[in-house]
Amino acid sequence: MNGYITFLFSSSIGKKLLMAVTGLCLIGFLAMHLLGNTMAYAGATAFNDYAKKLHSLEPYFTVFNIGLLTIGLVHILIGVILFFENLRARPRKYEVFKNPGGMTFGSRTMPYTGILILIFVIMHLLKFTFVDKSVIPIYQQMAATFANPGWVLMYVVAMVIVAFHISHGFWSLFQTFGINHPRYTPLIMRLGLVVTLVIGIGFGILPVYLLIIA
Amino acid sequence: MSEHETINITLKVWRQNGPEDSGRFETIPVADVDTHSSFLEMLDFLNEKLILEDKEPIEFDNDCREGICGTCGIMVNGIPHGHGKGMTVCQLHMREFDDGDTIVVEPFRARAYKVIQDLMVDRSPLEKIIQAGGYISVNTGGAPDGNAVPVAQEKSEEAMDAAACIGCGACVASCPNASAMLFVSAKVSQFALLPQGRAEANTRVLSMLQEMDACGFGNCTNHRVCEAACPKEVSITHIARFNREFLKASLFGRMPMGE
Repeated sequence: MNGYITFLFSSSIGKKLLMAVTGLCLIGFLAMHLLGNTMAYAGATAFNDYAKKLHSLEPYFTVFNIGLLTIGLVHILIGVILFFENLRARPRKYEVFKNPGGMTFGSRTMPYTGILILIFVIMHLLKFTFVDKSVIPIYQQMAATFANPGWVLMYVVAMVIVAFHISHGFWSLFQTFGINHPRYTPLIMRLGLVVTLVIGIGFGILPVYLLIIA
Repeated sequence: MSEHETINITLKVWRQNGPEDSGRFETIPVADVDTHSSFLEMLDFLNEKLILEDKEPIEFDNDCREGICGTCGIMVNGIPHGHGKGMTVCQLHMREFDDGDTIVVEPFRARAYKVIQDLMVDRSPLEKIIQAGGYISVNTGGAPDGNAVPVAQEKSEEAMDAAACIGCGACVASCPNASAMLFVSAKVSQFALLPQGRAEANTRVLSMLQEMDACGFGNCTNHRVCEAACPKEVSITHIARFNREFLKASLFGRMPMGE
């Protein structure tokens, strides 16, 4: 039994499966986060009440966060392992290498956009999660931050990076699950573009909105 | 695309005396190349001249020279088998190049492929993967009846598309991760689709994957470059099937190794 489990997760396809499963979970989380963000358009009171309500949902809130952290760490760890294994798989690079088709900006930059997203997430958590919200409520902190165009620009750029990461990741996870069909793959690719745009624009627009109303 | 009968080109070609040699690029001007000749014939033409000049000819793998054996395979201007779609380098013709072009010629590069000499690489890891499970075990005897085992026409077509793989290894050469997934998936697919191959499907996929990983190939990240570079245009739908077969086998199948 142990052999099966070890091989399932240590083989090259197994590692890709872990990337795909955790990636799908993270996209799911982003969808929830995006939905939560829409409360900000309802105003300060609504958003602060929503945030308070969310944090009061114990023990689910803690369990969810631990789960999310684990998923995130697995995605990062396996990603790093894959990156170095793939680097090692061709010790001598080509003098000239051309893309005969297939490779996209998103697919080529996956490890790099991944690292940038990690840096962004750490910064984002320090900015809005691990802060004292007892004196100044979260909405007011958010509004103050995004009154600064520098922060807005930084967040918008980060969202473009996330969008590129998802532009390859969404389609790719279906392929890793073994879902590739002449009828459905074009649909999945189109859906991937929609998800990319919804997440990129959906998250990117809130800081811009807060800057405008500030 | 050249309209001349002959062209003058410059080759920037990888020279390496043996597996242990560090190797280097050599720039060789080649005059009066017949545009009707194939890329390999151009190399023959150059080698004859090199031999007459008492120089070492450029080593490269080749055999059938009609795109069916999978022996030839070199990087031409950064693409395995050159820029033609669905063709091997022996089918690439010099009329595709212009007078005065500089053509960069490199061997297929991957940790799993050792350069033997110049453009010739050892692709035996692909054979090792086949030995690990790329076959069906049958009792020999009289030929089976034609329609004893029914096979749906579309399944046999799809299996044939996978079996079109000539094992040239261009997928590995083109993959940014030097992954052999397209090759292995084609070999897994051609059996997985047919009833004769189903019997050993679980052990086959696990053994072949284990061997593939052990040979030092990279991991597939779905760049899809392999599909574009494949001279037989093998589709990555076979990689999806390989992934499916793996999931099925590792969840429900028998383990082939060390039980």
